[in-house]
Amino acid sequence: MGPLVPDIISNEFNFIIALIMGIGFGFALEQAGFSSTRKLVGLFYGYDFTVLKVFFTAGATAMIGILLLGHLGLLNLEYIFVNPFFVRSAIVGGLIMGAGFIIGGFCPGTSVCAAAIGKVDAMAFLFGSAIGVFAFMEAFPWLEAFYLADNQGAVLIFESLGMSRNMWALVLTIIAITAFLATSWIQSKVTGEKNEWAKVSRSKLAGYIAIPLAVVLMVMITPSRDEYVMAQLEERAASGECQPSIIDADKLAYELINSYFEYNIIDVRTKAEYDSFHIATAINIPLDNLAELAYRPLFRQRVKTNVFYASDFEDAKRACLLARFHGDDSGLALQETAETFQDLFFFPDEMPEAPTRHQLTVRTFREEAARKMEEIQAAVSAMSQPIQKKVRVVQGGCS
Amino acid sequence: MKPNQYMNPYLAGILLGLVLLATVYITGRGLGASGAVKSVVATGVKAAAPDHYESAAIYQDYAAEHPGGTMKSWLVFEVLGVLIGAFISGILSDRIGLKLEKGPSVTNKTRILTAVLGGALFGFGSQLGRGCTSGSALSGMSVMSLGGIVTMMAIFGGAYALAWFFRRLWLR
Repeated sequence: MGPLVPDIISNEFNFIIALIMGIGFGFALEQAGFSSTRKLVGLFYGYDFTVLKVFFTAGATAMIGILLLGHLGLLNLEYIFVNPFFVRSAIVGGLIMGAGFIIGGFCPGTSVCAAAIGKVDAMAFLFGSAIGVFAFMEAFPWLEAFYLADNQGAVLIFESLGMSRNMWALVLTIIAITAFLATSWIQSKVTGEKNEWAKVSRSKLAGYIAIPLAVVLMVMITPSRDEYVMAQLEERAASGECQPSIIDADKLAYELINSYFEYNIIDVRTKAEYDSFHIATAINIPLDNLAELAYRPLFRQRVKTNVFYASDFEDAKRACLLARFHGDDSGLALQETAETFQDLFFFPDEMPEAPTRHQLTVRTFREEAARKMEEIQAAVSAMSQPIQKKVRVVQGGCS
Repeated sequence: MKPNQYMNPYLAGILLGLVLLATVYITGRGLGASGAVKSVVATGVKAAAPDHYESAAIYQDYAAEHPGGTMKSWLVFEVLGVLIGAFISGILSDRIGLKLEKGPSVTNKTRILTAVLGGALFGFGSQLGRGCTSGSALSGMSVMSLGGIVTMMAIFGGAYALAWFFRRLWLR
């Protein structure tokens, strides 16, 4: 289902979302004390680890939340923006930002917060950051080569470490918890105050630590929604309880030329294969995308019969079963592959010397059908394709 | 909320994390801040030096990315929200008022100058590193981006490495 922009929430309304999310962001930052520069830099001198606590808790909460939503099939993790990794500019840019942090005492987000409640130093910082951005823009022709060097693309950390997404979530959660315990100990040493965790009872502390770990472990152990659906399908198909209904090429051609409007022909091959040949009126939904929520209405409608075909009968059956799982009880799988269908109608074999009456009838029918199917295709080619999943250009994030 | 007291950092972190999670769920991207400064700079340059704005490639890239106008950007609206949200929080906790916060042994003038300098470095770095603490580090961590996490380590590593040299700004 998610992300909701741009399919469910329009890009225009997204600006209202931006304002609302910003209010939440600003409120949380200010409540955390990020509007105080001395609290922020306390992190670097060991007297106040608020930044680390808030930062890591927020990052871990969001990360676990995203993991959980993806696990439940509510958020498509493939569509989430992942910051691209340009090795040199990421490291040098980060180091310069670090210098800015220790000298200026803020980062951009926190300076906005602090300026909102009247901190003059934060306003100066913001003014400075505009100068810095301006300087970068003006110097860009000289920086461009460095800025674009060493592009690794949108690398995910768990991929580069060779572990699974869930495993990294567990590792990061453990790092965060360890850091919380360690910094509270350091803070108590530096300030001479009592360790904040000493005030909390042991069972409560154990509970706080157990909750995030339990969520991550649950995601690791239980199958995700997608895995669950596929397992159910395979099981039912294997037990013979759920067999797809099958249609053959001649029957399909007959139906098409007489009442094509009663059928949704769905090509589950790749886009390239679909583009080189497809059956008249067919739309293209690659098998891997068939389970997406956007296509559910197609399976639930009762007006037209869905017919699935592929370059392999097994794939057509799989598509038909998947559709049935999502509520399509009249779907059909085409027995012939797309290639066979094309050959039968458009590149028929040579007729034998003395054709039988049956062979002649079939040949006449197929020639006629091929002609009509071409006409129908020409007539409906203006018909729209299913919702094209565009490459999302969603605005947001630092850029 | 008791006036003048900050929220428990872990509670505030969970709140912030939920805001970030909602943002990712709704928009498919995380939060940010420095991008809005870029919008302001682009708007300023367009108003002050339209010829330069038209000729420099980087401003033209920016214009192409923001066809609705230089200020019509997700992050501009988000940062307006940050101002509002922080102000509400400030009212609730009684923290509103013009104030200059600084280390115990620096003058007001030094504090303003270092704030401008720090801001300039941060602004410059955020453009080079494609995002600041919010957009690159925090959001990057939540979506498990390697680039975001490397930038985060560079920011905090850089600040730690320099902390000793600038201790007079903050400590006694």
